[in-house]
Amino acid sequence: MKLDSMYQEVILDHYKNPHGRGLRDGDAEVHHVNPTCGDEITLRVKYDGTTVSDVSYEGQGCSISQASASVLNELLVGEELARAQKIQETFLELMQSKGKLEPDDAMEEILEDAVAFAGVSKYPARVKCALLSWMAWKDATAQALGPDAERTTA
Amino acid sequence: MTQLPGLLDTEAIRKDFPILDRQVHDGRKVVYLDNAATSQKPRQVLDALAGYYERHNANVHRGVHVLAEEATALYEGARDKVAEFVNAPSRNEVIFTKNASESLNLVANMLGWADEPYRVDHETEIVITEMEHHSNIVPWQLLAQRTGAKLKWFGLTDDGRLDLSNIDEVITEKTKIVSFVLVSNILGTVNPVEAIVRRAQEVGALVCIDASQAAPHMPLDVQALQADFVAFTGHKMCGPTGIGVLWGRQELLEDLPPFLGGGEMIETVSMSSSTYAPAPHKFEAGTPPIAQAVGLGAAIDYLSAIGMDKILAHEHAITEYAVKRLTEIPDLRIIGPATAEDRGAAISFTLGDIHPHDVGQVLDEQGIAVRVGHHCARPVCLRYGIPATTRASFYLYSTPAEIDALVDGLEHVRNFFG
Repeated sequence: MKLDSMYQEVILDHYKNPHGRGLRDGDAEVHHVNPTCGDEITLRVKYDGTTVSDVSYEGQGCSISQASASVLNELLVGEELARAQKIQETFLELMQSKGKLEPDDAMEEILEDAVAFAGVSKYPARVKCALLSWMAWKDATAQALGPDAERTTA
Repeated sequence: MTQLPGLLDTEAIRKDFPILDRQVHDGRKVVYLDNAATSQKPRQVLDALAGYYERHNANVHRGVHVLAEEATALYEGARDKVAEFVNAPSRNEVIFTKNASESLNLVANMLGWADEPYRVDHETEIVITEMEHHSNIVPWQLLAQRTGAKLKWFGLTDDGRLDLSNIDEVITEKTKIVSFVLVSNILGTVNPVEAIVRRAQEVGALVCIDASQAAPHMPLDVQALQADFVAFTGHKMCGPTGIGVLWGRQELLEDLPPFLGGGEMIETVSMSSSTYAPAPHKFEAGTPPIAQAVGLGAAIDYLSAIGMDKILAHEHAITEYAVKRLTEIPDLRIIGPATAEDRGAAISFTLGDIHPHDVGQVLDEQGIAVRVGHHCARPVCLRYGIPATTRASFYLYSTPAEIDALVDGLEHVRNFFG
């Protein structure tokens, strides 16, 4: 069934057992909403120098937006900023591909569990759900690290 | 097949709506349960739109040629049809707008620019309710911000009705305008107009009614409502998009100032000042949505031929059946009145912890079209502590079999995320 391409087992696992959920101490906090469906997320980032030491979040939303936040936490915490930005950009590229991008080995190596979202990119109404936490992370990082970080993530 | 008393001959009616034969997702027939967002259009309306453009198209109220006269007669004929449909005392009380939002914004702006005794200013109050569509909240917030007027509202009871227990404190001598929805687009609630109008009249406040979810579904009589303004839109009642209506009492339309200026709304223009055409033209600046008005006229002919009282009875039977079937589903919570009494044909619900977005996606895969989200009524979601709802909404072509399909679909959703 076509629906299985969106609701991959990996996504449903993250939805039911989210990683790193709950708000903890951070350097910056942002609140992002998806006005078309009411999804909301409050997200905090904590940096140790240029290492992402924590991404904590609280929010409400559909399985896609919640699973995506969980995958983000799993992928980015512990990474150097440059690597984290590379992961974010690659995820953005995948989600904007309208289902036309078949993730290759290089992409899978970068995105790990997040490649499971490839099927979501076929559903225009759901792409925003998948990107909600990632856009919030980008925004929070820019606020935590200042305009230099903004420039390199742009 | 389930037989219910009061049902229309949907087999015949559905033949008028070509889109209802549409197949989606590998040959599944579409089950369209998103009628509160917009209705489908019968062949009669589609033919009226095409026929207008193929045979009569011209600008209105300007030319002396045959086509201009025909286009004007068709456009003004649509106004006659609307006037009769809502039992307006005069056709000059019917203003064409582009949708109900524009109609409501027009009222707010008339009052913001008006002279006494109508003017809304920093010493006066505006009253709305917590169950309004954003289109009947934001225009009043804007007016309040610009004039300094105080915005007040009625809250909601736990079972989805207006809480009028404090009506004398909410509507006071300071109240200039009370604007509320006749049928809620998210809760389905039919509101008690008479009690609100009586209190508003006591204090000399004007009353504006958002009838967007009422006009398509039940007989609408602006004289019986005793309101000063009634707004609704064409596309939810089998008409095209781009055409809405504001009905207003004639003496008010004569007294109140225009909002948009331009062609069509004037009497004479000099470089220093202008005088205005009488209502309704005073409020219809620029080339109006002519074909869309003609389409709305055809929609009114279509609905009237079936009979609004019969449509109301049909939808009541369908809604009663839907409430009964939906409440059989474990974990399903209806947001709004739990019975079909004093309720329209839109039912919002939550399904356990499953987010409405996920509910809607899995239903779509089965060809079932519902609306998910906050339905442009976010304060209602906040009031009931939920992020969003799934909403199924019905119309004259909806069948018990479609309700059964929805219930089966929701069972599938529960299994999928269970």
